[in-house]
Amino acid sequence: MSDTPDTPGPPEPPPEPQSSAESGPKIGVDSWVASHGGRSGRSGPIGSISRAWESIPDVARFLAFVAIALSLPFWLLKSEGDLFNFGLFTLLFIGMGLGLNVDVGFAGLLDLGYVAAFGIGGYAYALLSSGYYGIHWPAEVVIPIAMLAAVIPAAVLGFSARRLLGDYLAIVTLFFAEAFLVFTNVSNPTIFGKGITGGANGIPQADPLTFFGYQLTSSKQLYFFLVGAVALVAAALYFANQSRTGRAWRASREDPLAAEVMSIPVNRLKILAFIFSWAVAGLFGAIYVAILTSAVSTNYSIGLLITIYAVIILGGLGSIAGVFVGAIIINCVFVFLEPQTDHPEAKRWIFYGVIILLVATLKPWYKAVVLCVGTIASGFIVHAIVSATAGSAWTSGKTVAGAGWLSHWVVIPKVSHGNVNNLLYIGLVVAVVLVAMLKGWWRIIALGPTIYLAAVVWENVLTENPGVTAFILFGAMLVGLMIKRPQGLLGTARVEIV
Amino acid sequence: MAAAAEHTALLELNGLSMSFGGLNVIDNLDLVVNQSEIVSVIGPNGAGKTTLFNVITGIYQPDAGEILLGGQNLVGMAPHTITRNGVARTFQTLRLFLNMSVIENVMASQYGRTKVDVFRAMLRTPGMRREEKEIKARAEEKLSFFGQRLMGYRWNQPAYSLSYANRRRLEIARAMATEPRILLLDEPAAGMNPTETHEITELIGKLRDEGGYTILLIEHDMHVVEGISDRVVALDHGVKIAEGSFDSVATDPRVVEAYLGTKATSTK
Repeated sequence: MSDTPDTPGPPEPPPEPQSSAESGPKIGVDSWVASHGGRSGRSGPIGSISRAWESIPDVARFLAFVAIALSLPFWLLKSEGDLFNFGLFTLLFIGMGLGLNVDVGFAGLLDLGYVAAFGIGGYAYALLSSGYYGIHWPAEVVIPIAMLAAVIPAAVLGFSARRLLGDYLAIVTLFFAEAFLVFTNVSNPTIFGKGITGGANGIPQADPLTFFGYQLTSSKQLYFFLVGAVALVAAALYFANQSRTGRAWRASREDPLAAEVMSIPVNRLKILAFIFSWAVAGLFGAIYVAILTSAVSTNYSIGLLITIYAVIILGGLGSIAGVFVGAIIINCVFVFLEPQTDHPEAKRWIFYGVIILLVATLKPWYKAVVLCVGTIASGFIVHAIVSATAGSAWTSGKTVAGAGWLSHWVVIPKVSHGNVNNLLYIGLVVAVVLVAMLKGWWRIIALGPTIYLAAVVWENVLTENPGVTAFILFGAMLVGLMIKRPQGLLGTARVEIV
Repeated sequence: MAAAAEHTALLELNGLSMSFGGLNVIDNLDLVVNQSEIVSVIGPNGAGKTTLFNVITGIYQPDAGEILLGGQNLVGMAPHTITRNGVARTFQTLRLFLNMSVIENVMASQYGRTKVDVFRAMLRTPGMRREEKEIKARAEEKLSFFGQRLMGYRWNQPAYSLSYANRRRLEIARAMATEPRILLLDEPAAGMNPTETHEITELIGKLRDEGGYTILLIEHDMHVVEGISDRVVALDHGVKIAEGSFDSVATDPRVVEAYLGTKATSTK
């Protein structure tokens, strides 16, 4: 009898089978999965931003990009220098990223020779449209030749090794890129009385882009031309990705064996992706040389390769919109860090802005307040101690105009004191590691002085060495991204194990 | 029966052998699958059933023998060419394109049946758009074969969000979309509960009766095999040990021995 009160219970719950009785048995109908999208979505401001972004149709995004890009020279990038540094180079990075995104993003190949294709396109342009050999062919002829010149090695590399996949492709393409550098820089074989690549000096004085007699010389003309070129390439690659070829690329990235058995010629498609990438690289390589007016082999180093990879990984592999976002971020970091930039304070505002943003997103709010107070207080305490004990030579260094208030907070020595800068830098690395190991309130307490230390290092070390700082920042960005959003800013999260 | 089968044979294996470094996984196997027939291959684990599928679909090259599909020898062809010639399969260990949407999975496998190249796709020519519509319609048609299981909101969900049983269904739909002449199903009921097993059994019957497919089936679940097989072939160590109706094969002493072992000393 003691069991009987319980037994009426179980028959009660199944209201679900009753409700779904019309549509058949409940078993196998994964309604739990039906709500997948809703459950996996993020809440909060980031969630609503990403949902708003998702809801914009692709065509609208594309038109918005074109409209904004076309209007930029009239309000944001008014000066010639800004248009050149921000406008042209961002568009070039977008172009390079779009190309690399085909074989790395769409088809899942690891292509480390991409910069060589970029260089081949550039050298082809410089040889056929400059005073070097006295050949001045117009751009409408030279650019297709440059693309073809970049495609040929891709085809040769692809077809010569039928199973050129995975690690093998990576190492073979990397060899190719290095061979290209050595060839252009050192070998420089003599053809028609001149070294064909100009050696370390490269090929100077390439002609400006000339289409059907119309010459593009000013930054504005080049900018509008590049907006058109990038928009065209992006649209073409978007359509390619939406077609049966794009599906086949994705399928062979997901599971090459299954794709092969599902009637997809995987090898041929991978070579096709490879060729597409290198063709786009050839196109923008030629434009790049026309803009710089010279082809120099040091421009095609591994540094550029890493930067383009940073562009597409930051934006999200396989996402065309992501390439745009990644290129804008990466190029702006480069330009703002330039020593002779027109915007010397911008990098400071961005640096402190990002830190404040990160602190502000901390939850719950009182932790953010504690951290904020801790950071500011540790600054004034350290500053007071240093100025009281070590004298003004340690604190009277200059910050840039417009940020004078910083000199009361950050310790900036007037002259360098031995290895103090290096020690500060090492101290920051140690502090970051320590913070990562701490938990809970201890982490918040330790984070304040660490942020302050970062600010000191930033002012004393990093802003002085823009070239190195850019790569350190990219590294930090990618590490942060790896932790918070491994699929990249606009990429789609992928599930590997199910 | 055998005489009638001669001229309707769709898939014919003659003296097929395949070994992995001295181990004969398939040993001089002859097998015929006739048009619109469901033939089940049974056998204990390691009998060479999945290897048989891998050899037919070109993943492995046989050491000897021929594989004739409608009289055409498939040996030496690349897997995608074999599929284009009319052989489609599912995998025992599911191999969906997990990060692609459900409908994209079924659209992707129509690659071999469609023609528009990537340049026309980039220009979005009218022909390309027409073909794209046809691909989509065909994908929907294949998915609708499974009732409401793979319809509606599920089309645009990633394949990894499907339940196990639905993934098996999607694999079958994906194989159907290659427009095969013969469908090789590798344990379609594995991991399914009794209701789902019953449903998939009916579905395989429907594939033959309504879809007109010829099916070669590997299955461990004897309820499925019994329910739908026109003929059953039992393999052990790559050798065909019995063939015929389900009842005759299931009671064949050699089949019983292969599955359960015997007290008598080995015949080898």
